[in-house]
Amino acid sequence: MFLTISLTGSPGTDATDLGFLLHKHPERPQSQSLAVGTAHVFYPEATARRCTAALLLEVDPVGLVRGRRRGDAFALGNYVNDRPYAASSLLAVALGRVFRTAMGGRCDARPELVGRALPLEVRVPALPCPGGPEAAREYFAPLGWRVSAGAVPLDATVPEWGESRYVDLTLTGEVRLADALSHLYVLLPALDGAKHYWVGPDEVDKLVRAGSGWLGAHPHRGRITRRYLDRRESLTRAALARLAEVDDLEPEALDDAVPADEAVEAVQRRVPLARLRRAAVLEVLRAAGARRVADLGCGSGALVAELLAEPAFTDVVAVDVSARALEVAARTLRLDRMGPRQRDRLRIFQSSLVYRDERLAGLDAAVLVEVVEHVDPSRLGALERCVFGSAAPGTVVVTTPNVEYNVRYETPAPGRFRHADHRFEWTRAEFAAWGARVAERYGYTVRLLPVGEVDPEVGSPTQLAVFTRTTTEEEVA
Amino acid sequence: MSTPTPAPVEAPGREIAVPALSLVVLVGISGSGKSTFGRAHFRATEVVSSDACRGMVADDENDQSATPQAFELLHYIVGKRLAAGRLTVVDATNVQPDDRRKLVELAREHDVLPVAIVLDLPQRVCADRNAARPDRQFGPHVLRRQREQLRRGLRGLAREGFRGVHVLRSPEEVAAARVTRSRLFNDLRHEQGPFDVVGDVHGCREELEVLLGELGYVVRHDGDGRAVGARHPARRRAVFVGDLVDRGPDTPGVLRLVMGMVADGDAFCVSGNHEAKLVRALRGRKVQLKHGLAESLEQLGAQPPEFTAAAEAFMDGLISHYVLDGGRLVVSHAGLVERLQGRASGRVRSFCLYGETTGETDEFGRPVRYRWADDYRGSATVLYGHTPVPTAEWVNNTMCLDTGCVFGGALTALRWPERQVVAVPAARVYVEPVRPPAAAAPTGRDAEVLDLTDVLSARVVETAHHGRVGVREPNAAAALEVMSRFAVDPRWLLYLPPTMSPVATSTREGLLEHPEQAFEAYRQDGVREVVCEEKHMGSRAVVLICRDLAAARARFGAPDDALGTVWTRTGRPFFGPDLTARLVDRVRAGAERAGLFDELGSPWLLLDAELLPWSAKATALLREQYAAVGAAAGASLPAAAAALAAAAARGADVAELRERTAGRAANAAAFTAEYRRYCWPTDGLDGVRLAPFQVLAAEGAAFHDRPHGWHLAIADRLVDADPQTFRATRRLDVDTADEASVARACGWWEELTAGGGEGMVVKPAANLVRGGHGLVQPGLKVRGREYLRIIYGPDYTEPANLSRLRERGLGHKRSMAAREYALGLEALERVARGEALWRVHECVFAVLACESEPVDPRL
Repeated sequence: MFLTISLTGSPGTDATDLGFLLHKHPERPQSQSLAVGTAHVFYPEATARRCTAALLLEVDPVGLVRGRRRGDAFALGNYVNDRPYAASSLLAVALGRVFRTAMGGRCDARPELVGRALPLEVRVPALPCPGGPEAAREYFAPLGWRVSAGAVPLDATVPEWGESRYVDLTLTGEVRLADALSHLYVLLPALDGAKHYWVGPDEVDKLVRAGSGWLGAHPHRGRITRRYLDRRESLTRAALARLAEVDDLEPEALDDAVPADEAVEAVQRRVPLARLRRAAVLEVLRAAGARRVADLGCGSGALVAELLAEPAFTDVVAVDVSARALEVAARTLRLDRMGPRQRDRLRIFQSSLVYRDERLAGLDAAVLVEVVEHVDPSRLGALERCVFGSAAPGTVVVTTPNVEYNVRYETPAPGRFRHADHRFEWTRAEFAAWGARVAERYGYTVRLLPVGEVDPEVGSPTQLAVFTRTTTEEEVA
Repeated sequence: MSTPTPAPVEAPGREIAVPALSLVVLVGISGSGKSTFGRAHFRATEVVSSDACRGMVADDENDQSATPQAFELLHYIVGKRLAAGRLTVVDATNVQPDDRRKLVELAREHDVLPVAIVLDLPQRVCADRNAARPDRQFGPHVLRRQREQLRRGLRGLAREGFRGVHVLRSPEEVAAARVTRSRLFNDLRHEQGPFDVVGDVHGCREELEVLLGELGYVVRHDGDGRAVGARHPARRRAVFVGDLVDRGPDTPGVLRLVMGMVADGDAFCVSGNHEAKLVRALRGRKVQLKHGLAESLEQLGAQPPEFTAAAEAFMDGLISHYVLDGGRLVVSHAGLVERLQGRASGRVRSFCLYGETTGETDEFGRPVRYRWADDYRGSATVLYGHTPVPTAEWVNNTMCLDTGCVFGGALTALRWPERQVVAVPAARVYVEPVRPPAAAAPTGRDAEVLDLTDVLSARVVETAHHGRVGVREPNAAAALEVMSRFAVDPRWLLYLPPTMSPVATSTREGLLEHPEQAFEAYRQDGVREVVCEEKHMGSRAVVLICRDLAAARARFGAPDDALGTVWTRTGRPFFGPDLTARLVDRVRAGAERAGLFDELGSPWLLLDAELLPWSAKATALLREQYAAVGAAAGASLPAAAAALAAAAARGADVAELRERTAGRAANAAAFTAEYRRYCWPTDGLDGVRLAPFQVLAAEGAAFHDRPHGWHLAIADRLVDADPQTFRATRRLDVDTADEASVARACGWWEELTAGGGEGMVVKPAANLVRGGHGLVQPGLKVRGREYLRIIYGPDYTEPANLSRLRERGLGHKRSMAAREYALGLEALERVARGEALWRVHECVFAVLACESEPVDPRL
């Protein structure tokens, strides 16, 4: 991984003063051994008119993997990795170490230059930047840089693959050198957004130090901070990640039950709809007089929290097929701090709606909020048998998107579903037909309700079905 | 009746017969010799003593304050033993009715018979014995009170629910008593068949005679031409599932024939609910004359009273179910859940005769039947009748043989152990069915819903080839998510391929893997003949194809009305439904042209194959990971090289760094060239190739005992049949003991991999091979030098990297490969035996769970 910093000289300023500012002599290449690899600093040019310092970090691809603990084996353990080439967080670490004094704004030889904005040019030929050139511009332009960024193609021989997530970045501007280094130190990892190797408790301090004076005023400070302090990986993900690996998939392809950062932002725009759904479900459950209720496919537990808030629901069961979703739910519900009375009302465990689960028997009501559309059509029959035939609660509430309403959204594009994992999205007629068939087969009656604003032409964004069991629990002699 | 009800008898030196599965309650005051008696007549582990339990919870066997806790423990242990079907003896005074009531309840809860053995010895004898023991120093009032309680309760013991009460009144009687164990009436495990199990006859005597003839029995007639017996020349025996009577035209004729067969030892018969009700009616009880009972009474009324009396005695003597053939077969009228099999209680009889209801009623107010067979997980096959079904079908190792003969259906029998269904159609409709069989109810494979307990939490799968294979809980949890959300329908998913270990690490310069280690490994395992198969540059694919929709429906329930499907190593579909259907069609057509369905005598086939190109499945990975690395390297290394060149031109000493950087640029270029070999454009199925290399299973058969040569010959025939779809697998036979042969194979590998090939797999030519340490690895992969760049990274060949990469542990990978191989074989063998879906699925699921174990994914 590689970057260069150039200073253009001017009358009264010798460009080679860059050497003093960086504390690296232009005539003597230097190497420094760091935990992440070996950093080399050398100068491809050093004249009074223009001086360029190059930082080349040689990472040890084998050592990078071998040094890791077992639990991380997959997430970080890939030998086929862009780390040796792309300017990721590793390069930022090296930058912070090699140019530590310069970043701190100290230069005893040329103290007058420290506080001055200088005509600098920074080039990062392979910057990992999933947001593309536009994201690089958004991050750097507000800091006074002119940004020239071009996307690197994935593979010139396969043009249909399009552009890679790498950007060839050149920044020019009149910036203090210490600030320029700080910008790179914070924004390289923030733009990368990949998993970092080094997020620890002291990272917040480092960010505060490096960002002082400019991050607070940055229009995207929130996003930068969150991405810099990237989420920490849970060890429990490892097993699932390995299954992805076995089948040549990215881990996220299987572990998508809880939305990742990007998705959350997209979802947040629709939060009112999610809230409306929960309100509609609660309304139905109250009206049914249900006391023992289950949230089948509880996700991160938003509905579970609302169920627990109502004492009328004496027993709340929360299940999901994703172990990770349950972990997130446990955190959002603050299970470890829940009082014993509340805790006794809640059972939370992994289950699957295509396997019969005896623990789900004997409930007054079960809700499947935005669940069925994540099940392959061929497996719906198994879900129906497990939920309506086996668990057979008195009331079943099902919500699912109304695909007709999609035309009212900017996204998804026509013909695409609202979520990448949706296996289908139903029209109102399709949902009604499904509901009627299930009700008939398993001894329920069904009625349909809209959720969200009803559009006269395409209906409501979400559709909801309430199934009520008709068979009675009489003692048979 | 199914159980003996002996009255209290008191004869010296007599035999005390206890049912082989029973709860024996010893009753006697302190010092009466209960523990001694228990030791003398039972195994030490069969006796659960209150004193011992007191000792366990309180460190003192006589600490009376610990009595409640001690009895809690005692009841717990007794419960566990009875649940496991073990005779258990309770050694406690049990002089209080309350204590005995709890034990009787416990016995009933587990459907075993409670038996009391009372040691009613003179108080003086007991007092003397206690006096001799330093830890039993309590006053005479204690013994007196105990004895009073005992005497009061003695008379009512039988009424308390004990099915046998034996009282011993003197030390001499105690010394002379012998305890014997009697077989339960339902226990016919020693009868090993073969059997012919016959469904509900309901007075259809003509059809029964035809069926028996069809089964090979010779029916014997009396002087009046009435069938009075039937014998099979090979002494097979018939087993009737009950409901011989009512509804049909000739109930007496059926009874006469079956009674004769049972009396001659040619048949067994269990009771149906109709026999039970007919007996009550014959005894003059008030019963509703519905469901054909009136016809039976009328027909029997025309018979001589001796016959009717004999028939009544016969039917009254029928017991509720039989456990046959070493416990492998259970016959009961309405079926039987596992925990009640071989047990004796009112509940067992009731289940056997009437089945169970869910406690609910349907919209017409009729009780909803509990579909016990859908949930059945027992190892014994259960054959039953009671509820008419359109055709006899396997559901979880059970089969209902009532095909409604009297309603115009058929009379059905199952040959055991052949598991072959034999049916004769009804001569006519004798009775219009009251309610048509519920058409909406799922049948056959459809009824087999998988249960979470089949797969989740720490489980062990018994395999024939590798013993018990355990699955850890976190691995099962990961597998559950993938299986539930991404896998194809479990009815299709008969198999997941095992992982394969690479060859031991080579020490040759510049290489991590080389074939010579594979040949050496097999030589050490005593395998001489091996076959080297070209490793295709694709993805592992398992292909299931059915000849036609009828076969797909009958065998797999045809999810989505498809004719088969194609899945990946983790059970995910390769393509969407349309493309999958087209690929399945092509494979079917190829198999048809190659004559495979006829040759293997099966309407379906399961194939192991490689699907090419790799990019067909892994485009995302290729783009996100491989191409991305190439792009990043391509963008940064030339810039770095240029900067270094400029620095060098200025006289800076960067020569070493320059050289290394140039080397890395070359490695990156080689890496990019390598991954590009695995991508070629596909459009629909155009460009997609399938390279089959093994026939995994077909109806009734798995093929892991056939040599690879046989499998590859079949693959060649598929290629001949459709070279557009199929691709041949190049191979080379090698004798590991022949140096020239080994050298030839090494040369072949070098040629393959130099030409851009992925490498090869070395397998024992005979296929499944066992060595001194169990299963021999079914294959070892030897990957090419350039291919490994996309596994270990572009720079892996640098000497400093290679030396560290050679330190790779293969132990876990090998163990995983062996376990997954054994699980896969187990799945296939269960498929071949036609076992229940959950039995196959637990193996397949376990393979997936194993795959999530932490092992270096580059191996």
